[in-house]
Amino acid sequence: MKSNNLTGIIFGYVHEDGLRELTAKRMMASVPFGCRYRVIDFTVSNMVNSGMNKIGVITNEKYHSLMNHLGSGKAFGLSRKHEGLSLLPPFGTEESTNTDGKKIEVLDSISRFLHDSKDDYVLLADVDIIANMDYNDILDRHIESGADITAVYRRDRVPAGRSNSIYSIDVNDRIREVRVTRDMNAVANFAMGLYIMKRTLLLELVEDCMSHSAYDFDRDLIQKNVSLLRILGYEYRDTAFILSSVEEYFKANMALTNVEVMRELIFKPNYPIYTKVRDDMPAKYGLGSSVSNCVVADGCVIDGEIENCVVSRSVKIGKGSVVRNCVIMRDTVIGENCRLDNVIVDKNVKITDGKTLIGETSYPVYIGKAKTV
Amino acid sequence: MLPKQEVVAMLLAGGQGSRLGVLTKNLAKPAVPYGGKYRIIDFPLSNCVNSGIEAVGVLTQYQPLELNEHIGNGQPWDLDNMNAGVHVLPPYQRSKKSDWYKGTANAIYQNINFIERYDPDYVVILSGDHIYKMDYSKMVEAHKKNNADCTIASYEVPMEEASRFGILNTNPDGSIYEFDEKPKVPKSNQASMGIYVFTWDKLRKYLEADEANPKSSNDFGKDVLPAMLEAGERMFAYRFEGYWKDVGTIDSLWESNMDLLAPNLPLDLADPDWKIYARSPVMPPHYIAAGASIQNSLISEGCTVYGEVDFSVIFPGVTIAADAVVRDSIVMPGAVVEEGAVVQYAIIGEDVVVGKDCVIGERPEKIENKDEWGVAVVGPNCRLAPGSKVAPKEMIGEGVKA
Repeated sequence: MKSNNLTGIIFGYVHEDGLRELTAKRMMASVPFGCRYRVIDFTVSNMVNSGMNKIGVITNEKYHSLMNHLGSGKAFGLSRKHEGLSLLPPFGTEESTNTDGKKIEVLDSISRFLHDSKDDYVLLADVDIIANMDYNDILDRHIESGADITAVYRRDRVPAGRSNSIYSIDVNDRIREVRVTRDMNAVANFAMGLYIMKRTLLLELVEDCMSHSAYDFDRDLIQKNVSLLRILGYEYRDTAFILSSVEEYFKANMALTNVEVMRELIFKPNYPIYTKVRDDMPAKYGLGSSVSNCVVADGCVIDGEIENCVVSRSVKIGKGSVVRNCVIMRDTVIGENCRLDNVIVDKNVKITDGKTLIGETSYPVYIGKAKTV
Repeated sequence: MLPKQEVVAMLLAGGQGSRLGVLTKNLAKPAVPYGGKYRIIDFPLSNCVNSGIEAVGVLTQYQPLELNEHIGNGQPWDLDNMNAGVHVLPPYQRSKKSDWYKGTANAIYQNINFIERYDPDYVVILSGDHIYKMDYSKMVEAHKKNNADCTIASYEVPMEEASRFGILNTNPDGSIYEFDEKPKVPKSNQASMGIYVFTWDKLRKYLEADEANPKSSNDFGKDVLPAMLEAGERMFAYRFEGYWKDVGTIDSLWESNMDLLAPNLPLDLADPDWKIYARSPVMPPHYIAAGASIQNSLISEGCTVYGEVDFSVIFPGVTIAADAVVRDSIVMPGAVVEEGAVVQYAIIGEDVVVGKDCVIGERPEKIENKDEWGVAVVGPNCRLAPGSKVAPKEMIGEGVKA
């Protein structure tokens, strides 16, 4: 297969703090999203749909569930003789590599992967963005503009609960100033964590940072070079969700009950989102069930009443139960005559008959993986 | 030489399935959609894998394009093994005497070389138009225990229907003493399921003899099995219990889909120990809008439902608009049912557009003369103009109907 000359590096573990318990036992990359997906499916599918076929996924030490999900990359068409998908687990250095600030170290540890690539350009991508993007648009702009680095940003309310790079951009789209900040409650140009540059430039910059013991990608590689290099901003205006907190995660899932959003994110013609196949039977709705404004995956058995819910594969909801405004992950069983409102239920949870769980839209209740209530 | 396989399965998938009419106009019967996300052939293929059979030949002849695409490299069934796996076997040209598959036995005869590559002890012959879950390894065990040359799976049918089937008359030990093809006065109600286990050396001998006989129609049921019985070979019936349905007709296809909606059906598609694998389309989860109503139905991924769905099986990527009603029906992949349309007791083919206010099919209680009632069928890719009517039992082919 002909590649588009762009190698992908996905940071699979970024901004995990904001999602609290959701990332206690898994990486950001393998957090379930939208009934049948994992967060990383979006970035990997975008890369595949953009014609990229050399993709490395950098993991932290919680990579078990991600390995299980991605496997050889078959579901994404990335199980190939040449190139394809590479999982890049933490390299055994003396220091762990699971925090944002040490991206440079991680890039240094995978420099072999980067050296081996035959592509001229590299796309670095944070995994915590839910969007359906064609990266060729960004690559084309990057080449056309002759920039050293192109950084994708969004102009919106700055996501709470995570560290953000805020850009000041001149009329020629050149980034003139970078502020790295947390919790800025305002509308601004904030980085989406997507960067394109020449592969050789990335290798040089990483080596330079390493020799100065500077390990922070945002501060040491971007911010410090803002006047030395031509760093261009590329504004992404289409639908996107940044999973910066449990509330944002909840909101992004719920947005899928809007058909327009669903079309832009998942059902976009020629831009499918791939995921691991599970071979569940179609969802079965029983006699006396009631469904309103819900997104439901295969394998579910719905006998109760659901409204404004995002229901993952093989979830069972018993007779007489009323479930509203909930995100329910796979294989969870909700018994009979339960009432759930604004709850995020992780996978394999058992909610026994007659239970009531009520959260708030702004602060949903979270039930951890494989718990019994 | 490939590594030896004790059992090779040969799946007869070349039949036209003419009784399914427009549904199989451009499609081999085994590729007909079934059960919300499957195709008929997913059942025997999944049974093979779940039974530990790793070498499977699929004999194709009639309209194989979609079937070939569906089977592909066999990956959805884990049949993309290094040394075995699934192989699509169309008839091919040879240095002398090339021919289409003339009958079921001839199809196997023409693939003796394929089977011999695995040097098997037993060959399982399957057909591609049955819905059931069966552990073929147990049948092979029974075959071995009986020291049989041929074992035929049998299924108990109601006595009053027995005259529609090929009936196996057996001794108390299960050995067969007579085949009774559609008997007027049946002696037993054990119907042949068209699933055979043969000891390979024996079968090869009979296939060669059958081929040499110019009077033979080269069919297992009509020629090979009677010849074996006459020669006194050890033939046994293997009783199968559980759900089994031949879906070779419109009525049986419709019924079998509806069976999936019954509680306590002995065909558990959710059983993690005996999954039915399928080639899954890349589709998002389905969406059920506010104001929609769904009762006792199966809905697959990629569907968008605004209207009413009752007792129906809805395949991936189907859209059912507001104020549309779908009852007691099967709607195949990619079909659209527009506003105000009413679909009852019908099969809607792939990518059909049922225009606004169309009326398809009718409830049986609304028809006085029951002979006039039947399942209405709209063939694949039909675009029905707004307000069109399709009567019960009517079958609409491709194209536009005003």
